[in-house]
Amino acid sequence: MSFVEYSEIIQEGDVVIIFQGHESMMPIKVQSGAQTQTRYGAIRHSSDLIGQRFGSKVTCSKGGWVYVLHPTPELWTVNLPHRTQILYTTDIANITLMLELKPGSVVCESGTGSGSLSHSILRTIAPTGHLHTVEFHAQRAEKAMQEFKEHKVSHLVTVRNQDVCKDGFGITGIADAVFLDIPSPWEAITHAKSAIKRKEIEKTVKIPVVFHKLLGEGGRMNIHYVNERSVSLSRHSHRHTVCSDCLNIFHAEVARADDIAIRYLVLCNSCEHSRFLVDTVTV
Amino acid sequence: MAESVNDSDAESRISFGDYVVLKRGDVFKSVQVENKKKVIFEKQWFFLDNAVGQLFGTRFEIEAGGSLKLKAAKHSGDSLDSKEAGQDNRHILDDGKSQKLTRDDIETLKEQGLKGQEIVQQLIDNSTTFKDKTEFAQEKYIKKKKKNHLRYDTLAQILTLGNIHAGSKILVFETCAGLVLGSVMERMGGFGSVIQMYPGGGPTRAGMESFGFPSHFHETLHEFPLCKVNALLAGTLDLSEKDADGNRRSESSQETSGVSEERSSEPQSMEVSVDPQEEMRRVERERLREQKAQEKKVKMEEKRKKLASAAALLEGRNADGLVIASRFHPCPVLMGLLKFIAPSRPFVVYCQYREPLIECYTKLREQGGAISLRLTDSWLRHYQVLPNRTHPVLLMSGGGGYLLSGTTVAADAAKTRNQQKSEEPVAKRLKLDEISSA
Repeated sequence: MSFVEYSEIIQEGDVVIIFQGHESMMPIKVQSGAQTQTRYGAIRHSSDLIGQRFGSKVTCSKGGWVYVLHPTPELWTVNLPHRTQILYTTDIANITLMLELKPGSVVCESGTGSGSLSHSILRTIAPTGHLHTVEFHAQRAEKAMQEFKEHKVSHLVTVRNQDVCKDGFGITGIADAVFLDIPSPWEAITHAKSAIKRKEIEKTVKIPVVFHKLLGEGGRMNIHYVNERSVSLSRHSHRHTVCSDCLNIFHAEVARADDIAIRYLVLCNSCEHSRFLVDTVTV
Repeated sequence: MAESVNDSDAESRISFGDYVVLKRGDVFKSVQVENKKKVIFEKQWFFLDNAVGQLFGTRFEIEAGGSLKLKAAKHSGDSLDSKEAGQDNRHILDDGKSQKLTRDDIETLKEQGLKGQEIVQQLIDNSTTFKDKTEFAQEKYIKKKKKNHLRYDTLAQILTLGNIHAGSKILVFETCAGLVLGSVMERMGGFGSVIQMYPGGGPTRAGMESFGFPSHFHETLHEFPLCKVNALLAGTLDLSEKDADGNRRSESSQETSGVSEERSSEPQSMEVSVDPQEEMRRVERERLREQKAQEKKVKMEEKRKKLASAAALLEGRNADGLVIASRFHPCPVLMGLLKFIAPSRPFVVYCQYREPLIECYTKLREQGGAISLRLTDSWLRHYQVLPNRTHPVLLMSGGGGYLLSGTTVAADAAKTRNQQKSEEPVAKRLKLDEISSA
């Protein structure tokens, strides 16, 4: 079993999902000799799980039965132990599409949180991609590392316990996509930009008038996050953002959080050579 | 600032043979860059030759005569009114491979009354743009015959709910001109295999071609006709070699009989005709006929081999996922194809309307073998963002179609009608069963 590859037979050390009924599932770690209590009785790992096929029915000691399922990121999202608020499958699906993730993608993510999105990213970028995820809370970072190991995906991910706003992602110039879900995403823009793959890009034409006015002092523009080539998303509104080229600060209006992603362009009117793609995901 | 990585930007430059997306405003078109080939877009004809070697995301003007010319970047500080605009011949060549969606920004700009204004150059991803294209599928300039109005957020759900990832074996049945197929293949990255089920004569893959996959991806793609599914399930599918007449024959006997036919026809023609020229023509005709028969034989053999290999993949009944997105009623297709899927695997069915999916749901509940059945649709809302004027632009709901998703489980072997349980072994239900069977 692994979260990025299907297998047929349950083995010792696997994480499996016990399905007891609609909206009633739980993850368990399969261990020889262990037992798990369900509402229909006990499941003995050695006889009931190890060697059985994923998807089969398991009869519990009290006579009722459950299904045992192969883990997937989607099942994990609804069954994982929360350490923080998490992202759910609907948003994760949109994020995955808009970040254009595929096998081989190199992705930067912060904060790791409870690892809900992380697992989905890993599934999509396997077997040749890599996830660089940054979590500034030491225990959460540790727990995430532990889970990735148990789920047999640790070769695809690097967890860094640092502050992304101060120290960045720990890599530069190799990311295909950056995802930010932190309280002050604008503070991490510079690092996000340096993490992303650089290509010679022709100078853009200046953005129209309206943006000029908006970007001038006192001008207001709704910005959640800026990046150049890939999508970054934040669930929080903010007030300031920084042009990563000239560090010109322009004011931003607080956005209301609602549904879905939009993109639009912002050009720093002071250095002109920057080009931003602003992305918001509001939930 | 950031140090540039020291790799060449060759992969971000346009080459002959690349699939690119032409963009003008919010109108997109996917074409292949070919030498001296005329391309039509937005009622204009031009050649893409001058685009080769340029970066994706470059803006071009169309000159008289149809050649492309690089559009020089303008500088700031000019007049603030829209004199810069009015560039009717602006075109942007966008890559299929690695860029961004910008339709929204353009729409935003448009809403601000900036029609015809400079559009900042964008790098647009092929797959993402494809999704846009399906949104605009109603528009004339996108030539897709069998189109489903598949919104990109719905497509996103399909790919994630289906757990589409590298290394799996996925069954796809779609009539979205290959868009869903291409998206699935992109998420598989050339690993694993995709078996496309098709109705009628052959699979449609036009949309998939435009993804510009490297050739080894195509080796992972198989196809199998829906009309033979029942035969395969029953074990009665005939995969043996046949000759042009459809009769079962061995290869060697066919060859010799072919040769002997030719030989026997020769003396006949010599007997009948006296004119040497006419005789030559007759021999020539015979030769052509033989050649055609031989070509047909080769083609049929190829087809047979493909069918056999797809059947071999299906026979194990251990596929890892199923995606259905078509204009046909999904129920019979779903019930049939689910039999090829291993237990504990996800499946997703897209339908423009809800009712057929409700039927599927009901059937699945009766029959068993599937859990966590969910019927969903997603709502999409774009925002206009302006100071003090930020508000939703429109709410798309219902128009994105519906999804039925679920997970397969081991079918209950000993299930009889009377003892049919629901998937949830609720205590109450058990008691009722006991009472009724007592």
